[in-house]
Amino acid sequence: MNLTPSASQTVGPFFHYALTTNAALGILAGEGAQGERLRLVFRVVDGEGAPTPADSMIELWQADAHGRYGHALDSQSCNADPNFCGFGRLETDSNGTCIFETVKPGSCGGLQAPHINVAVFARGLLKQLHTRVYFDGEALNANDPVLALVPEDRRTTLMAKPTPGQANTWSIEIRLQGEAETVFFDL
Amino acid sequence: MNEYPRMKPGSQPEFLSPGYKSTIVRAPLRPLIALPHTLSELTGPVYGHNPIGPTDNDLTLHFAEPPQGERIIVAGRILDEDGKGVPNAMVELWQANAAGRYQHKRDNHPAPLDPNFLGAGRMITDQDGNYRFVTIKPGAYPWRNHHNAWRPAHIHFSLFGTAFVSRLVTQMYFPNDPLLQLDPVLHSVRDKDAQERLVSQFDLSMTEPEWALGYRFDIVLRGRKATPFEEHGK
Repeated sequence: MNLTPSASQTVGPFFHYALTTNAALGILAGEGAQGERLRLVFRVVDGEGAPTPADSMIELWQADAHGRYGHALDSQSCNADPNFCGFGRLETDSNGTCIFETVKPGSCGGLQAPHINVAVFARGLLKQLHTRVYFDGEALNANDPVLALVPEDRRTTLMAKPTPGQANTWSIEIRLQGEAETVFFDL
Repeated sequence: MNEYPRMKPGSQPEFLSPGYKSTIVRAPLRPLIALPHTLSELTGPVYGHNPIGPTDNDLTLHFAEPPQGERIIVAGRILDEDGKGVPNAMVELWQANAAGRYQHKRDNHPAPLDPNFLGAGRMITDQDGNYRFVTIKPGAYPWRNHHNAWRPAHIHFSLFGTAFVSRLVTQMYFPNDPLLQLDPVLHSVRDKDAQERLVSQFDLSMTEPEWALGYRFDIVLRGRKATPFEEHGK
């Protein structure tokens, strides 16, 4: 049998009471999680530069500090950090912002630089947008096979940067459209 | 590691679908970059952190009194591209009440709220990929997208399959609804067959006598030749 995947439809503006009631999904790194803890701040901005007012949602999927995914397909999953949950989900607030507590992921598969997989859902998005967060200044970025697919002048849109004056905090803007539009991937 | 098949052209909506006005400032305008599927895309959350309550799949039992409206059963299978049921898939849904109003602080449609209806449910598919909800039929509602714009009655679905690639948020519609022809959200999908697959089917065999009409809605998630699912007890 060869079935066609069902079509996506927008999450709309009223998803909160079903999808984002559990604020604990903003905390990927539980007590005792291994690795470098960090706060990751997202801000989602539309094509007019306006923050998406509380009607977008970010989902994260990432490896633990040793680059292991808690999933059967990862041969290292048995050793994945039990105090770390690789999945996160938060709604954005009225400034288009949400903050995850996580750890810096390790390099997975030996080749890829540390990165966090991101899906963006919003009113006005008929299907989710996929992007990745990399860490500015990370030496492994130079050889990352996915970054190599991205034109050099656009790679900066994928780089989280340390937030000035706030320890262990990294920030990234998701620009849905326009000048410095974030690089989105076709999966 | 096997990559998943790519999406068939026309079977998914375009980001920029000007009939749906909000896409105009939110759709990315630069071409997306094709990403080979790596371990990052082919793994995904094994959803266990939101505990599922025994009545989470019956939206008519969440309050002391039953909600207003027409009680219905919505059930079906979550399938992969090979037609195999997807077991242990997380299914979340949400909807407006029978009058077409969401229990949401920013829904200002002047239709009555129902104190006995929240409109959110969730469950995990069984070993054959089956799911089943009891709810009430949602009402149509106006949405100011254009003059006299009304959304057809619909239920929002959110699904996690075996991988981050197979993540899907979609909407289920009802058969024979005259608003379907006029809806820019449904028509953002160009392929007519793909549109029709978002419309549920009335099913007499699922209908319970003296109780509730049954609507069948199957959903296909991306993925083939699913790798054997292994439990790592936590």
